Amino acid sequence: MKQQIIVSGIGGQGVLFLTRVIAQAAVNRGTPVLTSETHGMAQRGGTVLSTIKIGNFASPLVRTGQADIGLLLWEANLPVHQSLLRENGVWIINSPVAGSGSRIDAAQIARELGNPVLSNLVLLGLAVQQQALFCSAEECAEAIKQLAPKKFIEQNLEAFQKGMNG
Amino acid sequence: MKKQNQLLMGNEAIGQGLIEAGCQVATAYPGTPSTEILQAVIDRQGQAVEPLHVEWSVNEKIAFEVALAASYTGKRSAAVMKQVGLNVAADPFMRTAYIGVKGGMLTIVADDPGPHSSQNEQDTRLFCLQGRVPVIDPCSPAEAKELIQPAFELSEKYELNIVLRPTTRICHSRQNVSVREPIKLNRQADFQRDPTRWAATPAFLPALHRALNDNLEKVALEPDWQPRLTVGNGDYPRTALVASGIAYSNLIDLLAELQLTQAIDLYQVLMPYPLSPDFTRTLHKKYDRLLILEETYPVIELQLAHPGSKGKQNGMVPREGELTPDVMHQVLADFLDLAPPAETPTERRGQRPSLCPGCPHRAAFYSIKKCFPQGIFPSDIGCYTLGMNLGAVNTVHCMGACISQGAGFYQAYHQDEQDCPTIVVTIGDSTFFHAGIPALINAVIQQTRMIIVILDNATTAMTGGQPVPHMGIAAGNKKTKAVAIEPLVKASGVVFIETCDPYDSERFDALLKRADSYIRSPEGGVAVLISRHGCVMDPAVRKTQDSHLVTILDSCIGCEKCTGAFECPALYMDRENHVAVVDQDRCIGCGTCIPVCPVNAIVRETKP
Repeated sequence: MKQQIIVSGIGGQGVLFLTRVIAQAAVNRGTPVLTSETHGMAQRGGTVLSTIKIGNFASPLVRTGQADIGLLLWEANLPVHQSLLRENGVWIINSPVAGSGSRIDAAQIARELGNPVLSNLVLLGLAVQQQALFCSAEECAEAIKQLAPKKFIEQNLEAFQKGMNG
Repeated sequence: MKKQNQLLMGNEAIGQGLIEAGCQVATAYPGTPSTEILQAVIDRQGQAVEPLHVEWSVNEKIAFEVALAASYTGKRSAAVMKQVGLNVAADPFMRTAYIGVKGGMLTIVADDPGPHSSQNEQDTRLFCLQGRVPVIDPCSPAEAKELIQPAFELSEKYELNIVLRPTTRICHSRQNVSVREPIKLNRQADFQRDPTRWAATPAFLPALHRALNDNLEKVALEPDWQPRLTVGNGDYPRTALVASGIAYSNLIDLLAELQLTQAIDLYQVLMPYPLSPDFTRTLHKKYDRLLILEETYPVIELQLAHPGSKGKQNGMVPREGELTPDVMHQVLADFLDLAPPAETPTERRGQRPSLCPGCPHRAAFYSIKKCFPQGIFPSDIGCYTLGMNLGAVNTVHCMGACISQGAGFYQAYHQDEQDCPTIVVTIGDSTFFHAGIPALINAVIQQTRMIIVILDNATTAMTGGQPVPHMGIAAGNKKTKAVAIEPLVKASGVVFIETCDPYDSERFDALLKRADSYIRSPEGGVAVLISRHGCVMDPAVRKTQDSHLVTILDSCIGCEKCTGAFECPALYMDRENHVAVVDQDRCIGCGTCIPVCPVNAIVRETKP
């Protein structure tokens, strides 16, 4: 089993947390995983990209046209990171408007839950519902429980579930 | 021994490795991409089986010297910094090569090819070649951790400081890493006085230098640190690939994707300096063609001096930037005469970073630019570099340079006897302690006339909020003595010292103007204005500050001052209706944008 995933957004949207949840699901399976993340200046609201490689890889970086799935939290990043996705790759996009890929107004759902940053887990929910990811809903929920601060676990799982419901 | 698998960031893996190897003094100054290493040590301090001192030092030179002396006592120590931090620590670092260490000492220097978050992409391996210090170049987070214990042993065997050089893609990658119990070394501090070594005068240095050279020859031949060969199947005779660091890992995946795994002899160089003479001899004898892949400078390539080598020197490998898998694909295709990769689209830049909504620096920069439209604005390293977006940052160089550069601007304008534009220097609180104080003293004694705004947000914000000396908090939230900024400024000879919350724009503007009058008055000199408001990334600050529901009335004229000159990311233009809109998801309700609006269309109501 090999899968290359990219997570694209801007600093402050919870790209790093989403990356960790997916990677943790792989660790729990005993599958090798490598991620790369953006830290530093770009985290101040700039475009950030995480890559996740599941399976037997040596490098965390994804080459042009090699990503199987892209989770896009900030739609304006589409032209920036589009080339990373392979020909039949799947985009899961946080957007209020219709267009390419699988879309969900994750920001609105997160807002209704009381915290805009939860759009990251709403998007993860949709990715799992679309069976785009290597892991199951239960595995994601388990990883969320491991990584979220205790008092936010319920809210995080709710966001994930809302994404699963589409 | 208990072993378990954890998902760790490269920096966390390195921190974990230091704990496991019995490191007893760990020091650092924060800097991307190295910061999380010391944080990981702090987070794991409870796992240490022996006493462990951890400190955020005031700068990298100090961090290095503290760790160095601890090693003189026989204990294991580590100093951690980013690549340009080594420039600050260069003085003690260079001498340490000759004098050596006692207990194992590692200097962990994180390089930033690209660069992603640095003022250059210098290569610490080349620094080590010039400084004659062995350097290790790991290819993954797991390998970086695995090499720490053997690196300490190597350091102790030859009594040499050893550098571990991860790069951004190691530091900020995550991987499943196996974790072990820390070892117990049972060492008591025992400094053996030997002035001919620890205080070596020039008379003793030739012998020490000779000993260093002898040791380096032996280190280069250490069996555990020799380059590792994966033998090819003979498809490419008398040809080999040589790689180190993350470039090696990128190469492994690239070869797999191109179905070339084990088609060609492949070497991983673990220790780029000193390069093994056996390795060099083998390459000269066995191969006619070599491709050398390393970041960022041709360190292995220079030492190999192989007539058939392709790399950065002949231009087959780009001399600048990261060796991303895409770049390496092109290089490999050129070298092996493969089908060229599909053209990669020209890289588009995404959203630029900006100061956070509510950032007190934004309010300060806006006032500075408004009061002195023709001013000269030297600034420095930190979040506040982003004051560039507001036109209030003209120069950024290296830690602490802004004060000396401000002084240099003054001297150059002043000698022409022309009206000098107001020079307003901005420097963060952490940067001020790091390298600003000597520069301030110098500016005062050279009779400089300029305004220095110390942007005091009570933390080292850019790197994630490490403690600063004036808050009375040390690593791991431990209480310590606070060293206040005002008395330091006063003791440096500054007469004009004022403090103001930049959220109070009226008073802030007035103080800037008063400072300008002061520096232009007969008795004038350096004026210091401390801009004091906590970083809004700190939840404690957010809790104590008022939050309002900020909205924009229909009377907005679409002048774009709030989204342009003020550049708050929580405000954007509705292009259809030509009005500004508040992004309520991002707005923190600080209201600092309200005085910016020329028609008073930005209003607030207190949140229920």
